[in-house]
Amino acid sequence: MSNVPSSSAVVAAHAPEASSASRTVALVGPPNSGKSTLFNRLTGLRQKVANYPGVTVEKRLGRTSLQGQDVLLVDLPGVYSLEPRTEDEQVTHDLLRGRMDDVPKPDAVVLIVDVTNLGRQLTLAGPILSLGLPTLVVLNMADDLKRRGGTVDVDALAEQVGTPVALVSARTGEGLSAVGEFLQGALGVPRPVELPIISNVPSCRQWSAELGKRARYRAPLPSNWTRRLDGVFLHPVAGPLIFVMVVLAVFQTIFQAAVPLMDGVETMIAVSGGWLQSALPESWFRSLLIEGIWGGVGSVVVFLPQILLLFIFIGVLEDSGYMARAALIADRTMAKVGLEGKSFIPLISAYACAIPAILSTRTIANQRDRMATILIAPFMTCSARLPVYTLVIAAFIPEEPVYARTATMIGLYLLGFVAAVLTAAVLKSSVLKSARTPFLLEMPSYRMPTLRSIGLRLLDRAKIFLRRAGTVIMATTIVLWFLASVPLQNGEPPEIAESVAGAIGRTMEPIIEPLGFNWRIGIGIITSLAAREVIVGTLGTIYGMEADEGSLELQSALQSDLTLPGAIALLIYFAFAMQCMSTVAVVRRETGGWKWAIIQFVYMTALGYVCAFAAYRILS
Amino acid sequence: MTSNSPATLAELREGEEACLDRIDLPEPEARRLMELGFLPGTRIAAARSSPFGDPRVFRVDGSEVALRRETAARLMVRESADIRGG
Ligand SMILES: Nc1nc2c(ncn2[C@@H]2O[C@H](COP(=O)(O)OP(=O)(O)O)[C@@H](O)[C@H]2O)c(=O)[nH]1
Repeated sequence: MSNVPSSSAVVAAHAPEASSASRTVALVGPPNSGKSTLFNRLTGLRQKVANYPGVTVEKRLGRTSLQGQDVLLVDLPGVYSLEPRTEDEQVTHDLLRGRMDDVPKPDAVVLIVDVTNLGRQLTLAGPILSLGLPTLVVLNMADDLKRRGGTVDVDALAEQVGTPVALVSARTGEGLSAVGEFLQGALGVPRPVELPIISNVPSCRQWSAELGKRARYRAPLPSNWTRRLDGVFLHPVAGPLIFVMVVLAVFQTIFQAAVPLMDGVETMIAVSGGWLQSALPESWFRSLLIEGIWGGVGSVVVFLPQILLLFIFIGVLEDSGYMARAALIADRTMAKVGLEGKSFIPLISAYACAIPAILSTRTIANQRDRMATILIAPFMTCSARLPVYTLVIAAFIPEEPVYARTATMIGLYLLGFVAAVLTAAVLKSSVLKSARTPFLLEMPSYRMPTLRSIGLRLLDRAKIFLRRAGTVIMATTIVLWFLASVPLQNGEPPEIAESVAGAIGRTMEPIIEPLGFNWRIGIGIITSLAAREVIVGTLGTIYGMEADEGSLELQSALQSDLTLPGAIALLIYFAFAMQCMSTVAVVRRETGGWKWAIIQFVYMTALGYVCAFAAYRILS
Repeated sequence: MTSNSPATLAELREGEEACLDRIDLPEPEARRLMELGFLPGTRIAAARSSPFGDPRVFRVDGSEVALRRETAARLMVRESADIRGG
């Protein structure tokens, strides 16, 4: 995070010079009211991406600097009330009351609501105002309100709630200067107004209906788009068909469209590596740089375009509102294995990464359902598996027939899904059995995803991916390079097989030999306990050090190390085994102890081993 | 069109509307529903269901919320009106 002024509309606002002491402002609102969009508007690219490894994502922090006034913005999970029932609501509840260790009690609150449904959304205003903190009520989606012919008298509403109100569009940036003025202005507590009985929902709702009346609120006409699109996406025949087609299109694209981009990155890495090789004098340092870092980190970075493509799809599906429909379609299946449809959403986000998925289970009210979802989430094919799958598939599955590779990839995704669902069924019918809690899911309106929001997501992802490449992967690569370079023999680095790393690999060879893996793969399995994609970097380093001439094509090197049955076994092992220490750490934290984290680790790894063994036996 | 009025939300067919009378669920769950707009006295319309028939989307208080049939069956309704002309 830096302190350069944000490029957003906020900075343009002229306001009295405020003190430079940092102030904390919490962003609160119901789900889908546009909190994240507003947050991104206000903080630009300077938000803290706190997804890795094992750090909190329950609240996003962002800084925005307004004419010397440093503001720490806290984006909280969406809530309908301040009654703490789910973990998510607990976080919001505690933070607003200053009971959070790592964030100071907020100096002010920005309550953001969707103005196209003012009455319902302002139900939250009663509980928020009763906190007695300086508050700004942001009526978001002004563009939508206007387009569909709704109106509201902002001043009259401000009069009624006794605190400033701003009508804005977080999407277009309209009206945001008022938010900036509030954030840097003198914060005054709301003028006392008559509040509803905040623990009583009907009372809150009645109160907000009264507010709407006094503010001469005219609700917009219903959006026909949403109904029409639901007619298609939830159609008994077309719905599931589209669902399947979307999935197929995603896979085909991440496979086909990514190839030229990945080739481009690969060339860049090869060229820069070659250039370094010729520019530097021969030394151990050059060897570390070229064989270790370029070979190791470089072979992972190649997969950046593919991962970003996947995130474009996930972003579009999430932002458009289709994800909630997918959850609806999937609910029947989820019900069969004893989970609620809500579990589907964390499971879908586990396709990106299990860690945010595990954290997002906090919205599940039923603790046993939540636990089951946490335990099965790492089976979903996360993006860190993608480099491993792509590499092995490209090396072993023929390009013809056309769909062979895509089909293998889909098969692996299905494998993870089936393992997750069966595990859930077992858990839910035994140790985690529970009475069913009602499935409630608000269906957001369909909205056109914006380039801005997708772009920000991609940037986030690219940052996370590259940071991982620069830390975890770089570190394991360097350690590996050293272990592979000692002990020196007559002052020269040994053959890798004779090195410490080689010794470790060969020690574990008897264990993995039944799966068709040799000691090099063994080293990869050990290093990739840190993170799955590390195995690609590790093999890149090992082959790079073994090759006489610079870098060797990773794919062809792999072909000499594995047979086809061994390659399939490797894919299956990676589909199931828990090769990710960050996930273990998060599971330990979220389940409140080592017990489930260890059970999960052992279960997944054992399942991976047994299935890989079976596959290797059957195929060879 | 309907001879006997539906007694619960689960009996509403697509396009039908009814007035919520009471929620026959324990407090925390009833409260959750109320926060989403299911307040006694509110008019609720049945909209599309999932392609597999369950859960169904209900239009309530300006938004759309999906409920499983088992939950909808605990929401008691009064008088129904076939506003969409069946
Ligand atoms: N039309 C319109 N859409 C908006 C506006 N602000 C946010 N959205 C959209 O509303 C959806 C939900 O926004 P998001 O920021 O993810 O909401 P959150 O769940 O509260 O964080 C997204 O599809 C946004 O693009 C706005 O001012 N106008």
